[in-house]
Amino acid sequence: MRLVLEIWRQKGPEASGAFVRYEVPDASEHMSFLEMLDVLNARLVERGEDPVAFDSDCREGICGTCGFLVNGEAHGPLPNATICQTHMRHFKDGDVLRLEPWRAQAFPVRKDLIVDRGALDRIIAAGGYVSVRTGSAPEANAILVPKPAADRAMESAACIGCGACVAVCPNASAALFTGAKISHLGLLPQGQPERPLRVLAMNAQAVEEGFGHCTSIGECAAACPAGIQLEVIGRMNRDFFTAALSRRDELEPVAVLPKAAAMRAYVAEPKKGET
Amino acid sequence: MATDLRTTPPAPAAPARARLDARIPSGPLGSKWEQRKFEMKLVNPANKRRYTIIVVGTGLAGGAAAASLAELGYQVINFCIQDSPRRAHSIAAQGGINAAKNYTNDGDSVERLFYDTIKGGDFRAREANVFRLAELSTAIIDQCTAQGVPFAREYGGTLANRSFGGALVSRTFYARGQTGQQLLLGAYQALLRQVAAGAVKLHPRHEMLELVVVDGRARGIVTRDLVSGAIRSWAADAVVLATGGYGNVFYLSTNARGSNATAIWRAHRKGAFFANPCYTQIHPTCIPRSGEYQSKLTLMSESLRNDGRVWVPKAKGDGRAPGDIPDADRDYYLERMYPTYGNLAPRDIASRAAKTVCDQGRGVGPGGLGVYLDFRDAFQRLGRRVLDERYGNLFEMYERITGEDPHDVPMRIYPAVHYTMGGLWVDYDLMSTIPGLFVGGEANFSDHGANRLGASALMQGLADGYFILPYTIGDYLARGGLAKLDTGHAAFRDAEAEVLARSRRLLEIGGTKPVEHFHRELGSLVWNDCGMARSRESLTRALAELPKLEERFWRDLKVTGTGEELNQELERAGRVADYYELATLMCQDALVREESCGGHFRVEHQTEDGEAKRDDARFTHVAAWEWRGHGPGAERPIRHEEPLVFETVPLQQRSYK
Repeated sequence: MRLVLEIWRQKGPEASGAFVRYEVPDASEHMSFLEMLDVLNARLVERGEDPVAFDSDCREGICGTCGFLVNGEAHGPLPNATICQTHMRHFKDGDVLRLEPWRAQAFPVRKDLIVDRGALDRIIAAGGYVSVRTGSAPEANAILVPKPAADRAMESAACIGCGACVAVCPNASAALFTGAKISHLGLLPQGQPERPLRVLAMNAQAVEEGFGHCTSIGECAAACPAGIQLEVIGRMNRDFFTAALSRRDELEPVAVLPKAAAMRAYVAEPKKGET
Repeated sequence: MATDLRTTPPAPAAPARARLDARIPSGPLGSKWEQRKFEMKLVNPANKRRYTIIVVGTGLAGGAAAASLAELGYQVINFCIQDSPRRAHSIAAQGGINAAKNYTNDGDSVERLFYDTIKGGDFRAREANVFRLAELSTAIIDQCTAQGVPFAREYGGTLANRSFGGALVSRTFYARGQTGQQLLLGAYQALLRQVAAGAVKLHPRHEMLELVVVDGRARGIVTRDLVSGAIRSWAADAVVLATGGYGNVFYLSTNARGSNATAIWRAHRKGAFFANPCYTQIHPTCIPRSGEYQSKLTLMSESLRNDGRVWVPKAKGDGRAPGDIPDADRDYYLERMYPTYGNLAPRDIASRAAKTVCDQGRGVGPGGLGVYLDFRDAFQRLGRRVLDERYGNLFEMYERITGEDPHDVPMRIYPAVHYTMGGLWVDYDLMSTIPGLFVGGEANFSDHGANRLGASALMQGLADGYFILPYTIGDYLARGGLAKLDTGHAAFRDAEAEVLARSRRLLEIGGTKPVEHFHRELGSLVWNDCGMARSRESLTRALAELPKLEERFWRDLKVTGTGEELNQELERAGRVADYYELATLMCQDALVREESCGGHFRVEHQTEDGEAKRDDARFTHVAAWEWRGHGPGAERPIRHEEPLVFETVPLQQRSYK
């Protein structure tokens, strides 16, 4: 099959970019999308041109490394699949496909289709964990978890951190990503002690990184290759309000609530002498 | 333990230094690790922050080690080539993690897990290491559960187990078919907690390109920033390599595209011995390849063999659709050949059996390179819902790749390179032959012998990272003798110069073909001549061909762009350049090991019914290779031997019948 590709080319973080047109005249329907790009790149190198830079690693949909927009759709047209798992049998001979990197203020472009998603790591670092030192764990079966809670937690924990949810959100919000981790840990008994602090800290970090707010549009869940459901945002919001209001009772009044600086006041431990 | 050094032709005699002391603690097997921990020197808690430890890699071993070392108070600098530590290749492990919890009350114990692992490894692993691994397995499950890893549960809220290849007890813990992902995210979250606390300095998209050795000790590394191209030195008191295996030498493997051997190979060239390079694992349940452009192979978790039955048609060239072939015309060959273990026979055995039936012309699918993995009976017995709960994401993955629904037609599978048991030689403390250089996870050779059992890689990576390296590194540091040092030392300048020269050399070849072309060519040679079955003839041929391939690479490679930018072609070129050297060593090792054991099958050495035939009198040892140079006119590498002593488990021929 013959394909026309219009690919975003950008030399480096500071350079300006543009779409460049390429043709792949002989793609096979059994190729994966990235294998089709491999073929294009091999030819570009042989012609002495700079190959298209794109991220990929496991090529089986679990590492979350790959991802770009195909005709405006994150990871292409196939639902619940990453672009590395999308095979050319889902496209037609003669298709014109426009490839561009994730677009979000918090994801600066590094080169061509590669962006920097370090902001997602920093959201996790702000509180997406259970604080347990190596060696201090109790016997595993001492913690009983109802099967439905474990299953729901697993559904949320399946997030691969690819950033598609941010890329398709008109607000470039990371609510689905953040909500997935908050749901995962919040559904388990192990996550309870830090639950209020976690939701405040992670959301404060998301604001600081420049991600937008969620306005319940739902594009994120529709685009998610790992099938993360919109309900994780509902769980996060519930936890956020509960935590914010209970923290508020303990702290001095703050004039404006959701700005990062004010948020940090909520996250900080109460001063000595306070309850 | 006695550690006399012997050598085997064709290598020249080893130097008289006792460099292969595994330092296995004395005393009975069950108390060696306790004994070792008691003997360890401790670092004063207030002094821990004065020590800097470099950890290369953020997978299960590296991520767990970096987090745990930082919790203890050391300054940790952590590197990975991926854009986030969460993307290390441990994430792709599907099936599960073994632990001797005996939650299913089916007679499991530390001793049994130890025994199964020794036997599964075909008696080519150290008893002391494997026993420690089995002992630590239970603490790993406790740790991961406390972190919030969402393991599968029973309705009463306790942890669920399933059985896995090579075992008759149910001891595998799992999180859907994404166990590696969940365990890695647990380690990643623990790591990022330390990053936020300032105890770990994290550097993603950095590739280690050289090890720096000063006064005989590992004291730092040189990295390339994969975004800017900047070359930089880092000094430390100890270096941990947890950079994974070298399966991508075959080009097509189940490893991630970025997985590579450069970090361990650079360390090998600086004096770290490479142990058992020929021990590679071919996994029986992968999706067959579909064409020339194939960029990697996809594994279907071995757990599928719990409920799927493996078969091929009895007759050669049976062209009927699988559903039209009645049971009478099917050969469930694993059940026929290995009645006790059946479809759960270990990986090496199941892989070779698949090759045998395909070589007989009874393979299915394109090119006859495939066998059926059929869930028909399980669907009838258990129903669709139960099976989808167990394997739903694997069924989906299969359908996505092949366009066929395993609910309707049997899966087609074929063996593919999956894991490398060989790796840098380490002693009981996981320290290489370079003092101060520690190696964890798949990058070392330690625990799996000649064949790894399913669900044991995650166990080993986490045992190394959470519970072994944090102790043994402390002991090394506490013993002192480390001079003050920073990156101003001449050794760092020299190492940087080497890295730059190498990069320049790759960029200046100015040939005609992209690196992919050469890697494919190399991989195909190694797969054909040093893959599932090896012979003196095939290995000799490979050793004659390899220099020619390598010469063409250095003459005709084309790398576009420069070193001072994000340049994926340059990254890959450096890795493939190292694979030529590694492939040569793999073939040399396979040639000298005149026996069959585990994943190393020499066609000259098999029993009458085609099973691997060990030669315990000559080869009950670890082969550890010392670098002596490479290329025309270079000395041959020296093959050292570390004898393996079996005091607890008597040597016996493995039988899964």
